[in-house]
Amino acid sequence: MWQFILKRLLHMIPLLLAVSLLTFLLMALSPGNYFTTLQQNPQISPDTIARLKAQFHLDQAWYVQYVFWLKNVLCGNFGYSMAYKIPATSLIMARLWNTFLLSFTALIIAWGIAIPLGIWAAIKKDSWVDHTCSFLAFVGLSVPDVLLSLLALWFAAATGWFPVGGSESSLHDFMTPGQQFWDIVYHLILPAIVLAASDLAGIMRRMRSCLLDTLRAEYVAAARARGLGEGLVIYKHALRNAINPLVTIFGYSLAQLLSGAVVVENIMAWPGLGRLTIEAFFAKDSYLVVDSVVMATALLVAGNFIADILLALVDPRIRLK
Amino acid sequence: MEATEQTPIVEMQPMLSPWRLFWQRLKKRKIAMTGGIILIVLYIIAIFAGFIAPFRYDTTHPNAFFHQPVWPEFRGLRLVVPKTEQLAGDYSYQEDRADTKPLHFLIKGDSYKLLGLIPCSIHLFGTGDDNYPVYLIGADQFGRDIFSRLLYGSQISLSIGLVGILVSFSLGLIIGGISGYFGGGMDTALMRLCELVMSIPALYLIISLRNAFPPSMSSAQVYAVIVVILSVISWASMARVIRGMALSLREQQFILAARAMGQSHLRVICRHILPNTFSYVIVSATLVVPYYILYEVVLSFLGVGIQEPQASWGLMLDAARNTEYLQRFPWLLAPGAAIFVTVLAFNFLGDGLRDAADTKQI
Repeated sequence: MWQFILKRLLHMIPLLLAVSLLTFLLMALSPGNYFTTLQQNPQISPDTIARLKAQFHLDQAWYVQYVFWLKNVLCGNFGYSMAYKIPATSLIMARLWNTFLLSFTALIIAWGIAIPLGIWAAIKKDSWVDHTCSFLAFVGLSVPDVLLSLLALWFAAATGWFPVGGSESSLHDFMTPGQQFWDIVYHLILPAIVLAASDLAGIMRRMRSCLLDTLRAEYVAAARARGLGEGLVIYKHALRNAINPLVTIFGYSLAQLLSGAVVVENIMAWPGLGRLTIEAFFAKDSYLVVDSVVMATALLVAGNFIADILLALVDPRIRLK
Repeated sequence: MEATEQTPIVEMQPMLSPWRLFWQRLKKRKIAMTGGIILIVLYIIAIFAGFIAPFRYDTTHPNAFFHQPVWPEFRGLRLVVPKTEQLAGDYSYQEDRADTKPLHFLIKGDSYKLLGLIPCSIHLFGTGDDNYPVYLIGADQFGRDIFSRLLYGSQISLSIGLVGILVSFSLGLIIGGISGYFGGGMDTALMRLCELVMSIPALYLIISLRNAFPPSMSSAQVYAVIVVILSVISWASMARVIRGMALSLREQQFILAARAMGQSHLRVICRHILPNTFSYVIVSATLVVPYYILYEVVLSFLGVGIQEPQASWGLMLDAARNTEYLQRFPWLLAPGAAIFVTVLAFNFLGDGLRDAADTKQI
């Protein structure tokens, strides 16, 4: 087990190096840099810009920039955001917390609703419950994030029950800790629901089909033949065997959520990693872009990795090597 | 696969080709057929967008910013369209029911190119007078008819999925086929490349690839760039699955037989390995097209996809970003509904195709 974990962690190093190299290359290919727009500002002298460019090594070839960046990373310095004028690490860490908050809330909502619904639909196969659930699942799978976020914004603006974007109110800093907590919850609900909705449908369908598969198994028939109660048959025998594929999906959705909900964060003005990265892309804040893309990739890989470990913990037949 | 080979021929029913069997199973699935029919209708509409749309995608009406929907109504047996007038300044419009004009079919209007080739100016319907406009869904922030723009936008959204899938799946098929069939060093190298592409969050990869091109390009260029980007990001997952299939297929006897007959490697891959993966490919293509449509929407929505004045569903949704507009002019969300219907239809069809291709359950 520990060997497996160590091996996977070591595997990540070349991967992350390749990702950072690729991002650097793509940033270098993109026309202009952060200072291109500043150059048009007559109030900033060309000398200042040249000095700043030299400071950020933007006057050199991209591979020189890359080596410079890599050297700093090895010393624990992930570079400087040119737009925010603070170290990229502190910026990313602050945003990462928001992304985690949003993702985990969404994860809890999605799984908390999807699993019971999926079980219910499987038990009541071909009843109205099942049909309603599978119809809703189709709808959920087909509503694009963009549309759902816009609808949520519309709903918030029309009813005034929820804030229109943002992660905290303007008076947040003057509140007591209790008030601050509720303020965050109040801002969190709507984006978390939107984010959960698209995941929910897929998980529910999967739960339903997995449980249906195991309910056809012979050991379930055997359990019934022994006269066990229906509840015991389903929850003790069928469900435990049906849950395996879902653990894999859990890791996958964890990975997806961790790497940033770009669309939802952007539309609903949630200051997370996804929004930061997109802004950095457009501002051509190159070091910040590379750092956040590497960060998101690391989280994605880590999510898949957690999925593998979870699966090994849940299923004794699986041995990690 | 092996089980069917071993069944004695005597017991076989009248020979049906695999495609016929597939089609018979698919026909039984109402939902899949519904999805398929909706898609056919949508594609026909997209092909004849210029003819069906009452206006061109870039026809602006200066007096109709955010005009509400105006529907033709029956006056006796004729369809008429009321005249509308703008109330002072505030984007509110009043219909004058006394002053109407009849709605004509096959009427001359804005010029366009039918099927992209034939210059034409006949439209399915219209009033022929800009003071009596038919806005079935309403008008946008530049006074352009949203219905017309939706139709023109569908040309982009609906075609980008198909073109993208064609390019990326061909890539995936070839690379996966080669990788699995030959194995060895090339296989390792290609699969490491796949892992690299798959481990970067898709949207970041899309945007960084898009960033590598100049921000302002002609619409045709942007279209090509989007197709290329989508192919770059999605060949990998396809290639991996095809590789796995090729790995197991190459051990089968019919491949050995083909090799023994002296067929070249290329011929074995193209004629024997890849056709065996087609049912998987078709099903997953149907399920992947929606993602392509959505990626185009997101790119255009973020302002790096299709550019104004061209119409694209994502670009049109961008106008709905302003909550104030959204509350007053909810018809700005219409492209969202169009995306939803298209994606739903693809999911219906794909789901049915998957069940029909699955020979285990009948």
